[in-house]
Amino acid sequence: MSVQLRVRKNCYQDSVKLMQISQIVKSSPGVQRAQAIMGTENNKATLLRGGFDASLMKGAGPSDILFIVDAVSDELANSALDRYFALLDENIAARDDKKTSVRTIKSAAASLAGANIAFISVPGEFAAYEAYKALRAGLNVHIFSDNVPIEDEIRLKELGRRLGLLVMGPDCGTAMIGGAPLGFTNAVAAGPIGIVGASGTGIQQVMVLVDRYGSGISHAIGLGGRDLSNKVGGMSAFMAIDMLEQDPSTSVIIVISKPPESLTGKKILERIRACGKPVVVAFLGGDPALLRGIGHAVENLEEAARMAVELAAKKPVPRQVDEIGSAALKPGAATRRSVRGLFTGGSLADEAQLILGTLLGKVMSNCTKDPALAVTGSEKLDGHAIIDMGDDEFTVGRPHPMIDPSYRAERLVKEWSDPGVAVILCDLVLGYGSHPSPATPLAEAVRQARSLHGDCVTVVASVCGTDRDPQVLSAQEAILRDAGILVLPTNAHAARVAGLIARRYAGRSKS
Amino acid sequence: MSGELLKAKPSIVTIGVEGFGETIRKAGFDSVHVDWKPPAGGNPELYSALLGLEDHYDEINDANAIAVQKIIEAQPVWIDVSPALETIPGFTKDTILHAGPPIEWNDMCGPMKGAVAGALIFEGKARTLEEAFAYAASGKPQFAPCHSLGAVGPMSGIISPSMPVIVVENKTAGNRAYSTFNNEKNRKALSFGAYDQDVQDYLAWQRDVMAPMLRKTVRKMGGVDLKSIMARALQMGDDGHNRHVAATSMLLRELLPTMARLAFPGDDLGELAALLLHNDWFFLNFSMAACKSSADAARGVPMSTMVTAMARNGVESGIRISGLGDRWFTAPAARVKGIMFPPFTDADANPDMGDSTITETCGLGAFAMAAAPAMVKLVGGSVSDAIGFTKSMADITLAKNKSFGIPYLDFDGTPTGIDIRKVVDLGIPPKINTGIAHKKPGFGIAGAGIAEIPMLCFTEALKAFKDSIPGVR
Repeated sequence: MSVQLRVRKNCYQDSVKLMQISQIVKSSPGVQRAQAIMGTENNKATLLRGGFDASLMKGAGPSDILFIVDAVSDELANSALDRYFALLDENIAARDDKKTSVRTIKSAAASLAGANIAFISVPGEFAAYEAYKALRAGLNVHIFSDNVPIEDEIRLKELGRRLGLLVMGPDCGTAMIGGAPLGFTNAVAAGPIGIVGASGTGIQQVMVLVDRYGSGISHAIGLGGRDLSNKVGGMSAFMAIDMLEQDPSTSVIIVISKPPESLTGKKILERIRACGKPVVVAFLGGDPALLRGIGHAVENLEEAARMAVELAAKKPVPRQVDEIGSAALKPGAATRRSVRGLFTGGSLADEAQLILGTLLGKVMSNCTKDPALAVTGSEKLDGHAIIDMGDDEFTVGRPHPMIDPSYRAERLVKEWSDPGVAVILCDLVLGYGSHPSPATPLAEAVRQARSLHGDCVTVVASVCGTDRDPQVLSAQEAILRDAGILVLPTNAHAARVAGLIARRYAGRSKS
Repeated sequence: MSGELLKAKPSIVTIGVEGFGETIRKAGFDSVHVDWKPPAGGNPELYSALLGLEDHYDEINDANAIAVQKIIEAQPVWIDVSPALETIPGFTKDTILHAGPPIEWNDMCGPMKGAVAGALIFEGKARTLEEAFAYAASGKPQFAPCHSLGAVGPMSGIISPSMPVIVVENKTAGNRAYSTFNNEKNRKALSFGAYDQDVQDYLAWQRDVMAPMLRKTVRKMGGVDLKSIMARALQMGDDGHNRHVAATSMLLRELLPTMARLAFPGDDLGELAALLLHNDWFFLNFSMAACKSSADAARGVPMSTMVTAMARNGVESGIRISGLGDRWFTAPAARVKGIMFPPFTDADANPDMGDSTITETCGLGAFAMAAAPAMVKLVGGSVSDAIGFTKSMADITLAKNKSFGIPYLDFDGTPTGIDIRKVVDLGIPPKINTGIAHKKPGFGIAGAGIAEIPMLCFTEALKAFKDSIPGVR
């Protein structure tokens, strides 16, 4: 085995581009691992934790690319590194040919007629600075980047409020303004429902279901997960509700979030009560008492979409029954009784944990605030657990699992080999920005796990998407079914069914 | 106030992952992607300084608006010609001014030493190079940067007491600036380190014949408005730093009626006219003094991050910042990339030298490259490269100077007022057009080309600026 590292100085590339060329290099003969990352402090720390020799990275900074190859011999490792450099040069040359580059948000805004939004996805440590510049150039801001200090979030939102500009994020995965897809979004019909959401995949699930229930979206405004904290005070939420209240194309508003902190939650609910348009509220996992007196309070994403469509269309949307096919039960050891959720969408993971919790009791998670239920994504699991693979511990130095689903697929094989696991629950998120076919690596992993460890685990999945999405919902579902995966129409549905199956497994082992 | 966001069709600037912009365009919306690089190359100390200054954005922005306005609204008028000793406040009989940031005799580069020797011979302090070097080392001459006395000089920038200087007054702010006359009659010029008899004869002619004529003329005329000449010259292919074909011609045209009426001796007038005919750079020193008088008006604006001087002494380059007083921030001078005049080669080139970058400080020279397509040979490229230069300098400046419109850019103004924050953030140092001196004394001009003011000057200035703000985060 040979592990080699090479540095390319002063050549910033975004993580998606680096992933694309890494995938090509990974297919070279004898190469087991090919990784290309920028030399940010976060990335270097991850490599150090992975046992990498610090002296090899000495002097590399955030503008330098680190190429790392594991191969069966020095020779093959070096030729893979040569390949990396050649591919990078091709990539740069192709871009240089295209046009003269624009170096600042200000000059980009000056060259774009009617520019009104800056979409920022630079590494988190640098995102706030670009957001300041965008606001000062008169642009509303969507900060996709995460790892932005809350102090900067507060300053940015105060500045935005002063300038009459909306700040979405930081860590805002999804928005859709007037049909323009910002970040991870789905191709959905235009319609009368406006969304305000403090969660990316939560917004996606709701917009997809609104579309599926026959209505459509006017705007979906993302807030970032911390907006409804007391420190930030919901500054973006208030502005978003004001905007949608005044927006003539919106007739019903949906507000979705994890439970807000109490002071901010109180103020937001007052604002919602005073709103001139019907507002559907879903605070995932919130104390129902908090929402007492709110006319359109619901418990999960699916219900939020349903109620909003019913309010907009003034007619009921039929419910589907949770049915477990008999095929879902696999013959296996009596020890197999746990559910493991492997999620790419954070809000979908939250929703699944809530639903499973009510069905199964104790469900561990790497994304819970409850210390009694907290686990890390890397530790050996015991019992029911939901793992959000999009959490920081997985995404440092590589793209989000919605873009790069490979490590979720690897994790599935590992969980399958755990003799306590009976059900694996997965989400797939389609749409702009996501992997071109997330079902493919998942289906392959299921086949691989089955051939390695036997047909002893039920895999339950739901696909958040539409048939107009680039990946095409029906095609993705077909790939999953082909691999023997039980496919359900919504995440909430899939979680309920996974819970019911687990209950049945538990019953089997008792008898 | 709840914004206009939902009222218009979105147009989106993307920065970071390029694929998001492609998605937006595919969905039928307009989008432009920013070619982003980590601010300050990702250097944690500099980035934290940039972020810290964000908290003081309004103060800094207001200060910079004042500072850059001082440059833009300056009205430089050439009002007089006079010996340096008589007219420059603070100039003594032992003063020798040089280009760039402060430097001791022993540390000076070859061409600057040659020019000092030439000046000492001219002043009668020495007869030979050896005598001049000994006198220079004796501690007698008081060396100081031109910039310390409101003056500027090209290349070595040497100004000695009896040299005649151009006196420019900025009519808006009332301050004055000074420069020697251009002595690049041929390649062996004092400013480039030549000191021989030809140089001496020429300096004497300047002092005894040319200066008195020009003094009488400009006094009679009541001043010559330099800004209007510079503005028109930009529209005729000059850059205000390294190409002065148009401005030199226009200056002669301005002077000629008065000179003719003053009935100077025909031979003297003929010699001056011939000089202007053969020395396309004659106007350079006027342009420099005009820019110095403009930039000096912007000095000392508290909280301003704007550059008020950039200068090189052939060993170090240095800058001064409006909000940081007269402190220099220096770094080793850059090598100039350009064309060498045969028989000289790159090995003969002295590092970057001269105060002429006061023109770039005011948005001319390389900043106005798009106005001077004939200069692109210096860049080794095409006209579109020259336009690219000007556009890229707009990213590191505060404003456009509408007085200096560039025809090829729809009369867009020259990018003016270098902001150290932007330079450090983007990692784009100011470009400059410049001549190249031979590294040894006595050889003179060896080439011309393009250089940069080293990034280190700006990073050091930024750190000092941050430290100058009480309670900065």
